[in-house]
Amino acid sequence: MLEQLLLTVLMTSVPLIFAATGELVAERSGVLNLGVEGMMLMGAVGAFATAFGTGNLWLAIIVGGLAGALTGGVFALFALGFATNQVATGLALTIFGTGLSGLVGAPLVGHAIDGLPQITIPVLSNLPFVGALLFSLDPMAYLAVALLAGVAWFLKRTRGGLVLRAVGDNHDSAHALGYSVLRVRLLAVLFGGMMAGLGGAYLPLMLTPHWAEGMTAGRGWIALALVVFASWLPWRVLVGALIFGGITIMQLAGQARGWTVPSQFLSMLPYLATIAVLVVISRNREFSLANFPSCLGRVFHAGK
Amino acid sequence: MITLSQRKTIPLRLTLLTPVVAIALTLVIGAVIFATLGYHPGEALYQFFVAPISRPDQVADLFVKACPLIIIASGLVFAYRANVWNIGAEGQMILGAMFGGWVALTFPDLSGWVMMPAMIAMGMLGGFLWAMIPAILKTRFNTNEILVSLMLTYVAALLIDWTVRGPWRDPMSFGFPLSPMYADAALITRVYLPGFGHLGGLHWGVIGALVIAVAAWFVLARTLTGFQVKVMGDAPRAGRFAGFNPSLVTIMVLGISGAAAGLAGMVEVSANMGQLQPEISFGYGFTAIIVAFLARLNPLAVIGAGLIVALAELGGDSAQIALGMPKVVTGVFKGILLFMLLAGETFNRFHVRLKMPVTAVREVSDA
Amino acid sequence: MNGSPRPAASPPQDALLTATGICKHFGDFTANDDVSFSIGAGEIHALLGENGAGKSTFVKMVYGLLHPDSGMFEWRGAPVVIRNPQHARDLGIGMVFQHFSLFQALTVAENIALAMPPGESIESLSDRVRAMSSEYGIGVDPDARVHNLSVGEQQRVEIVRCLLQDPALLIMDEPTSVLTPQESEQLFGVLRRFAEAGVAILFISHKLEEIRSLTERATVLRRGQNVGTVESRKKTSKQLAEMMVGMAVGDIERREQGVGQPPAIFEISGLSRDRETQFSTPLRDISVVARAGEVLGIAGIAGNGQDEFMEALTGEWRAPSAAMITVDSHQIGTAGPARRRQFGIGFVPEERNGHAAVTSMTLADNALLTGHSLDNVVRRGVIERAQMMQMAGEIASEFDVRLPEDNPLASSLSGGNLQKFVVGREIIKRPRVFIVSQPTWGVDVGAALFIRRAMLELAAEGSAVIMISQDLEEIFAISHRIAVLYDGSLSEPVVAADVTPESIGLLMGGSHSMDEART
Repeated sequence: MLEQLLLTVLMTSVPLIFAATGELVAERSGVLNLGVEGMMLMGAVGAFATAFGTGNLWLAIIVGGLAGALTGGVFALFALGFATNQVATGLALTIFGTGLSGLVGAPLVGHAIDGLPQITIPVLSNLPFVGALLFSLDPMAYLAVALLAGVAWFLKRTRGGLVLRAVGDNHDSAHALGYSVLRVRLLAVLFGGMMAGLGGAYLPLMLTPHWAEGMTAGRGWIALALVVFASWLPWRVLVGALIFGGITIMQLAGQARGWTVPSQFLSMLPYLATIAVLVVISRNREFSLANFPSCLGRVFHAGK
Repeated sequence: MITLSQRKTIPLRLTLLTPVVAIALTLVIGAVIFATLGYHPGEALYQFFVAPISRPDQVADLFVKACPLIIIASGLVFAYRANVWNIGAEGQMILGAMFGGWVALTFPDLSGWVMMPAMIAMGMLGGFLWAMIPAILKTRFNTNEILVSLMLTYVAALLIDWTVRGPWRDPMSFGFPLSPMYADAALITRVYLPGFGHLGGLHWGVIGALVIAVAAWFVLARTLTGFQVKVMGDAPRAGRFAGFNPSLVTIMVLGISGAAAGLAGMVEVSANMGQLQPEISFGYGFTAIIVAFLARLNPLAVIGAGLIVALAELGGDSAQIALGMPKVVTGVFKGILLFMLLAGETFNRFHVRLKMPVTAVREVSDA
Repeated sequence: MNGSPRPAASPPQDALLTATGICKHFGDFTANDDVSFSIGAGEIHALLGENGAGKSTFVKMVYGLLHPDSGMFEWRGAPVVIRNPQHARDLGIGMVFQHFSLFQALTVAENIALAMPPGESIESLSDRVRAMSSEYGIGVDPDARVHNLSVGEQQRVEIVRCLLQDPALLIMDEPTSVLTPQESEQLFGVLRRFAEAGVAILFISHKLEEIRSLTERATVLRRGQNVGTVESRKKTSKQLAEMMVGMAVGDIERREQGVGQPPAIFEISGLSRDRETQFSTPLRDISVVARAGEVLGIAGIAGNGQDEFMEALTGEWRAPSAAMITVDSHQIGTAGPARRRQFGIGFVPEERNGHAAVTSMTLADNALLTGHSLDNVVRRGVIERAQMMQMAGEIASEFDVRLPEDNPLASSLSGGNLQKFVVGREIIKRPRVFIVSQPTWGVDVGAALFIRRAMLELAAEGSAVIMISQDLEEIFAISHRIAVLYDGSLSEPVVAADVTPESIGLLMGGSHSMDEART
């Protein structure tokens, strides 16, 4: 029973890991993209439509990621190309993505698909308790953690990561050194979009095997909060995502067991927890701002 | 590769032209999307933008639809001018409806002269208090107001859902999640035009919305309060140097925008529904963000912008009925419109050129 | 000066870099107009000119950040189009920027790695930094985070970063603007050693004395044009200045104060302020008085607490006790800026754009910025627009602010004109106390002269003027008394006539007490 519960916690946190890791990369490059919710929805509808149409779940995953990246590309066109206000552009992207995904997905409402299979790692999955928990998950869960690890390594260990951090820290200096600020940011935004798309794809492919308008239910925004929670460090995203997964499952489990608290109050928990976490983090400025990208949300254009 | 260079001054014609071009481009892109999805683009655009206003009473209903948008956007303008990103107007609107509803449901016997002012005051208070949560967290702990105000919207939606299914449910509602009907004194009446009668659903709240927009313009353009808001948004350091208090301005603009949203929520329920229900808003709080931007953060222009966006909302209904198009398509329009407006802003401030990516141009910054 | 001056004067036989007829326009503005220039290996060459003369534009083209509209560069005798900074570095051109281009959140080694070709590990780079830093006596720790370094240390990081690329030409953009005279001398020693090793150095400055002591030849730019290349040491400072400005340089007269002590108007006692962020400087027990009729100059190198001190003076930061700051014996330490203005204090902070003025607003709005708590420009919360417009007009006409149109946006004014406006905005109110930081930073000579005269006139009328400035020439030009801000402490003021720039320079470097400076 506990195993089962923890497993659902893990699964609930997977979309958050994807989306928050992607957003973290974009933010480390200095771009605040508030359109995560919209990109996730596009990823979700893209993946579901592909799975429903072709039955090929692998292709669905790829299409989900591409749809997210493409939606991120729309953000990049405006926020980077036209140097528009990033906050407002992100809002526009969420509104646009929510609408377009609903439009594209309208014929798909009411249909169901088969979810992703589990991948059972031989030997390890036979371990008691952790075997079931960690080594017989679906492929996307492994992918999420692998990509997170990759991002952590990339940011800390590679020259590309160094350039990306430099662009987020001081775009004028990076430009003066001859780095293309906008190209670095474009790639970061596209990666962020792809990750959000994958996170969105996980919802219909794994969590609830059907499509519904606005099915992300604020997960994109929670992912944004997670980046703040993680104070822009990749591994803390994992911790944060698991905590939120835990809270979500706790309220579901509570409802199932008929706790006397009205279900609406239980459903508020993830949102209230997000606020509480934001407050705790932002109170401690030293901690929260140590890795803060100084140029976050600031417009860069070469002809300043 | 797009290169930008700053304009010295912004020509007036550009300022006026931008929203027009943005709307035109939105229509073109919308038509392309319709065609891609297999709808006849001309028919779709007709259903969207012409069919909903082909009779006088429909025009009046357009105003009714625009009413909450105008009220909320008039308040949001203050926040955005001050660079404070309140995106939780939806939640503040819900709280305003609940606070107003509390008066109507708890004291059903009040006379009209007491009832309506009390509901207005409580509606504004509800939105105000809900907005004070991000305001205080931001000023005390530097917590991001975008995320907090948004999270509170989800909380507000669950809160009203609980009240109308729980403590405030009408025992006679046969299990539907609805509160009792408001007393007559708690309803906003329709406007009676002498010699003409009622026109569509046109109610007094619409008149109020117009007054609010004009008042907001006056405060922003002509008073020291408005000046503080603008200075804090444009150059916070200069604002502190002038002697303005940044925390106070943050609290003030969140308060104003929250109170406006709360009022809109109370009006919406009292004029159009007459009772509380789980869904009272249909996203007005988010749509008003677009209205504020379409108006280029000018409260007077909010009136026109509110009407245009309301038309897109009504168009969504009309297209749904006539063409079986899902209602969410309105969101596509709204998103594209906002993109176009933001890009238009760039065309205003910069000379924009398309260039081959050979050079990175930087102007002299010989300081 | 160490080493013997090399034979200078005639253009080098084999020019390393030659520029011919370089032109660069920004819209209607001509930044460089037919500039020709050459520098040879091992030469230290000055590029001299006022702010806005086109020096930075020119070197940015050499470094590939900008591209000439017409004209040609030759590198080692062959025509070349310098595409971008990477290309410049490949050719062997390095540049140390005036405003540092370091990444505050990264380590020294990471900063340097970003400027190097890919492939080398951070560890091996760190070793090379240590080696180079000991070879030239430049103390730089590769593992330090940049935001923990002093300004001088950051400049050394920049220099090491350039040198590791083994440049043939090193461009230094106003490197001494953040250094004490002593630190500058050290830097010159290092530069001379590089020149001996064959590195060409293009040294940008508007400080005449250092150009004469360091460089062999100087090319003078004025309004984008090359007005001549001269042998630096064969010209007097005055001759160089006239080439730079294009007219006989005007003098201003500081009326010396009579005997006896005029009354103190403005008094600070025991003002301290904690360090608030890792970038800020704490203020340590500052006490000083400003007297009627004087200009009190506060000298110091950037980053020694000027910003923190100015905020405490304006009221943007409020002192813990009201008694710490008094004006005419009113205690105002805990009052905000608006309240302080009501006591007759006028302020002009260092940064024009976004601090002293809101560039996106009109001049009338900017007049309101510091006038809203005074007079009758706001009645019952409503702004009297006509009065504001009139106020702005009066400031403009009395302080020679040239306007492109009626009530223009502040952003449409040139730096000098906007500075005249923000200074005039305060002086026109005839404040009892006038407090200004860097009054002539980045403005042309004419405007600077005008502003300094206005400040002296105000003092002559019996007001107290406090001027924070990093420009020692300016400090000596108009101050009656001088105090030095070093690491958040303010020295006892001394009478300007009793001290030399050198002795004040020592104080600015924190090496001596005021008693020694006076002798």
